[in-house]
Amino acid sequence: MRELSLHILDIATNSIEADATHVIIVVEELQSENLLRIRIRDNGKGMTKEMQKKVLDPFVTTRKTRSVGMGLSLFRQAALQCNGDFKLTSKPGKGTTVLAEFRLDSLNRAPLGDINATIINLVMGTPDVHFIYIHRTDFGKFCFDSYWIYGRMAERNISFYKAGELAKEFVEQKLELIKSIGK
Amino acid sequence: MKTLSDLRAMKEKAKREMTAREENAKYRIVVAMGTCGIAAGARNVMSAILDEINKRDIADAIVTQTGCLGYCDQEPLVQVFQPDKKTVTYGKITPEIARRIVAEHIVGNKILTEQVFMQN
Repeated sequence: MRELSLHILDIATNSIEADATHVIIVVEELQSENLLRIRIRDNGKGMTKEMQKKVLDPFVTTRKTRSVGMGLSLFRQAALQCNGDFKLTSKPGKGTTVLAEFRLDSLNRAPLGDINATIINLVMGTPDVHFIYIHRTDFGKFCFDSYWIYGRMAERNISFYKAGELAKEFVEQKLELIKSIGK
Repeated sequence: MKTLSDLRAMKEKAKREMTAREENAKYRIVVAMGTCGIAAGARNVMSAILDEINKRDIADAIVTQTGCLGYCDQEPLVQVFQPDKKTVTYGKITPEIARRIVAEHIVGNKILTEQVFMQN
């Protein structure tokens, strides 16, 4: 994918399809460690040890519409191409965690891209799922909890979609703050 | 200072409003968000639809996402569901065409026939 944030959207959609009600997305951009770490954890139905072994194969999928499932193998390949690491852990009935690490200075690394659009799309498109998004850089850290949207809806008596627009601006501001050293 | 029960009440009230919106929605817009769709640009299509809904203050539509629909070569795909009407599946949608879907199909009640992939 052109942006790593698109992989995040893809994997989080897997979590939703695994009937997760909570999804935690952690992005850590650490120039000090030359590391970009992405973690997506859900409380979905999880998978057995056998399935965990097979699932990174693009010809293995749980979906019925096609016989290929490329999301995980593409993400893993993207990480390994950057001298990074990829780990999938899961427990049936408990959930799944996908961890991908990338060397920041790798020439093969796609940019993180519009992570805001990924988060907002997930939150607006699946209101029944609780999302927590944590973003950490060398300069700061912030956390966006999708329940924030309900707070704005109640406070200002606005619709879910209008509150989503506010969320987009809020996340944008927070991202700006932790990306710069401070002007 | 809001207590935990205040926050719970706020969440419950918001959920009730959203359920009401969902049940009374005249239009259900679904964006396919499988790996194929995302690779083809579905995220920006969905962002454009959300933006257009807000710009036009549309209250009788909901926007959701789904997984792969199986027509990967037609991605990005946008479906419009209306009660008592055939479901329209638009294919090869760009953010610009997505905005037109909101303006012409949702608001103007005119299907963009040249972008239709399937109608059932």
